Amino acid sequence: MVPLPTAPVNALFEYLQRLGDDRLILGHRMSEWCGHGPILEEDIATANVALDLIGQATMLLRLAGEVEGKGRDEDALAYWREAVEFRNCLLVEQPNGDFGHTVVRQFLFDVHAVLLLDGLTRSTHDGLAGIAAKSLKEAKYHVRHSGDWMLKLGDGTDESHRRVQRSLDDLWRFTPELFVTDAIDREMISAGIAPDPAVLQEQWQTIVRDVIERATLQHPGEAAPPASARGARQGAHSEHLGHLLAEMQIVARSHPGATW
Amino acid sequence: MTQPRAIDATAEDPAAVSAFEARIANGESIEPKDWMPERYRKQLIRMMSQHAHSEIVGMLPEGNWITRAPSLRRKVGLIAKVQDEGGHGLYIYCGVETLGVDRSEVVAQLLDGRAKYSSIFNYPTLSWADMGVIGWLVDGAAIVNQTVLAKASYGPYARAMIRICKEENFHKRQGYEIVATLAAGTPAQKAMVQDAVNRFWWPSLMMFGPSDTDSPNSAELMRWRVKRRTNDELRQRFVNLTVPQAAAVGLTLPDPALRYDAATENWEFGEIDWSEFHQVVKGNGPCNRERLETRRAAERDGAWVREAAMAHAEKQRAKDRSAAA
Repeated sequence: MVPLPTAPVNALFEYLQRLGDDRLILGHRMSEWCGHGPILEEDIATANVALDLIGQATMLLRLAGEVEGKGRDEDALAYWREAVEFRNCLLVEQPNGDFGHTVVRQFLFDVHAVLLLDGLTRSTHDGLAGIAAKSLKEAKYHVRHSGDWMLKLGDGTDESHRRVQRSLDDLWRFTPELFVTDAIDREMISAGIAPDPAVLQEQWQTIVRDVIERATLQHPGEAAPPASARGARQGAHSEHLGHLLAEMQIVARSHPGATW
Repeated sequence: MTQPRAIDATAEDPAAVSAFEARIANGESIEPKDWMPERYRKQLIRMMSQHAHSEIVGMLPEGNWITRAPSLRRKVGLIAKVQDEGGHGLYIYCGVETLGVDRSEVVAQLLDGRAKYSSIFNYPTLSWADMGVIGWLVDGAAIVNQTVLAKASYGPYARAMIRICKEENFHKRQGYEIVATLAAGTPAQKAMVQDAVNRFWWPSLMMFGPSDTDSPNSAELMRWRVKRRTNDELRQRFVNLTVPQAAAVGLTLPDPALRYDAATENWEFGEIDWSEFHQVVKGNGPCNRERLETRRAAERDGAWVREAAMAHAEKQRAKDRSAAA
């Protein structure tokens, strides 16, 4: 195992990458549905979610580049970092699977996003608070959409119930990572920039449990905490991210220095 | 008007037909509840559903590059464009339903291969430059068509076209801007965009359909003002608009016969390869099978989702009923 880097890190830059990368990668995943959805109305809705998330990522990564102060903009960060430099959580990089799998992934994320963004609107960092306020409106729509589908699929047919239960059981293991608090988070909390993940976790549990119950699904129980201190937030991703980035970055990287 | 009368119209009450045709000649708009000849209704269902299918299948060649768009701004622009196409499809399907057919019925015709859609979408998208060229040429050609359709006699179709044209104009500008950026870019980008133009130029001209001498539906559609201009007139208008746009960004069009005729003020162009057109329409284009199979797969893979949504709605209704009882 490679030891963790000891060079001083710009905590805000790290934190903004986490926020931005979550949305970039999940937005990318959602955009993979475009033209392939189960019904035309959902093609349009998933494209909307993708647009919102990539729009949020653009703002967050632009701000991250400014905070870093090395002349990198949102495209430099999106297209020219390696997988180990990405700071998104494992949940968002998981492949789409069937529509139900996408819905569960989205729902688990959306509940977290609404709580987090709500906290971030009170950030001491004005730029971040502004982005959070705009994004929160979108996230509230997203969670209504994904929550609605949780109910429809969970309490739909036997087949939809079985499928979505399997997805919930499968994706549940990625949820503790959303609430891991490391040195970066602690610095953000003490500076009043970000809310405490531990506080969000309780609210998240309550909301998610309620929807799971109303969807007539079985709660998967307590998920095991991440096995290693070095998780996706520190660059230790699943194998899926490399493939996603290979596709996302291929054109940009084939033409260094080009403008588009 | 000296065009021959429609054959099928003879089966209907002649007085009603001539009253209908008088309304059309008078420039009136035909609305869903108005009487219309069966043949008019059928032609509109055919044209509008083909148009809607084209929007839906048209999502695929561009959707192919969403995950590889080379900047976040371009990615967002492309997703939004493909999303708009889905919206147009939905909007036109609703228009078709005003003629008394169900969306599921016309979609089934697409999936089983009975219905046609624009053959341009049976060509593959091979580079990022195709996203620019499709916006510029394909949306450009669609606008030329649709601007005229916005004055069509059937009210719901005409109104749909007005709204759709606004968005298509935006798409065309976005596409042309991609083209201009690439044309002013690195040698590799220039080569990429010229290659895309070379591949899409002739198929774009074919989008206007067969030549007037070979267009089976045109005369009747013109008389009923479902169409307002012939295929060849629209094609010429498109060429006249596009040639200067190509020159402005330093791109050439792959037609050695292209020349300006000062007398007619038209850009004369070479002979279209109609055998290719007919092959692609018949289903033998480069991507016909892939496009239909992709639509079928989406339909098949989504069946359980649609069933679940219906079952859930039924459960909700049952709950509401028992709560009300």
